[in-house]
Amino acid sequence: MYRDTIRTFLKNYISDSINDDQDIFSGGYVNSLFATQLVLFIEENFDLTVESEDLNLDNFKSINAINFFIAAKKDGKR
Amino acid sequence: MPLDQIAVIGAGVMGTGVAQTLAQTGHKVLLLDRSLNILQRAQEKITRDVRMHQLYTGQKFDPDQILAEIKITTEYGDLAGVDYVMENVTEDWLLKKEVYQQLDIICSQDCCFASDTSAIPITRLASATSRQDKVIGIHFMNPVALKPMVEVIKGVHTSDKTLAITKRILQQMNKKYIVVNDSPGFVSNRVLMLMVNEAIFLVAENIASPQDVDKLFKGCFGHSMGPLETADLIGLDTILNSLLVLYDAFNDSKFKPCPLLKQMVHAGFLGKKSGRGFHTYGGNN
Repeated sequence: MYRDTIRTFLKNYISDSINDDQDIFSGGYVNSLFATQLVLFIEENFDLTVESEDLNLDNFKSINAINFFIAAKKDGKR
Repeated sequence: MPLDQIAVIGAGVMGTGVAQTLAQTGHKVLLLDRSLNILQRAQEKITRDVRMHQLYTGQKFDPDQILAEIKITTEYGDLAGVDYVMENVTEDWLLKKEVYQQLDIICSQDCCFASDTSAIPITRLASATSRQDKVIGIHFMNPVALKPMVEVIKGVHTSDKTLAITKRILQQMNKKYIVVNDSPGFVSNRVLMLMVNEAIFLVAENIASPQDVDKLFKGCFGHSMGPLETADLIGLDTILNSLLVLYDAFNDSKFKPCPLLKQMVHAGFLGKKSGRGFHTYGGNN
């Protein structure tokens, strides 16, 4: 649902093609500090607040994980 | 002597990180910079970084509580009562010299000065003061709150007492340390700056793209970041200034900065903090 926007954002930082389940941090595509930029991007682009209990790298490690996280936030399930 | 009143001079990337880390480890901090505007930006960065700290460590801190432990000031006179000073001023000898001369006049005789310099020798910085035994180097790594180790540098005159006080503060900050003797660039930056400069020459000569240079170091040597990502994180202006200090100190052409590095700094491509260096970065870093 939100995958295209996430992919477009990640393309600015990752030149290799990655599949939706690939772990961008452990795969070495980005360094872990990139997570800060990712969280700020998610908050700004999807108009949501990442709460302190959401600040776990697992929520942001792949396109699918990010997509799931945003969908859950939008549905009020988180 | 209680070591809970610590002044941090300079509210750039490093000073901000040092202030944050001190406050997160129970210290009261006085953060000084030349303008209120810079200090307000530092407070915004600290708020953001304290929040994100949890993402990397699982440790949760309240940004408002951390900020409450960091007083800001533009007045050197406010430093009269501090026990220890951590200086994080731009890598420029004349700027730093002026700061140390001011600190020497204002601060109490017992107060030690630690310089978070990239390459300027500690013995040279100490020479700007009348307390050369109380000047030491602490080379913090960026991001300060997340990096577990620092390089501690003993100047020619640094006393054992100053070293002991410094070790105690670093233990309180949960930092491991390696103590080395004084040299321009110490151990870490004397090697790192050469590697970064040579990597920039490779890009300038079109031997490889920045992405591929970094991938080689990560994939082949297991580095967590490539040399150009590291340069972007440090700041290309700091890399250039450090190379100039090393070039001046050793009079050795191996430290001569690559023209591409100079051009990028002049163009304002300073790395992560400006949004663009050898790589691009989104948002406010």
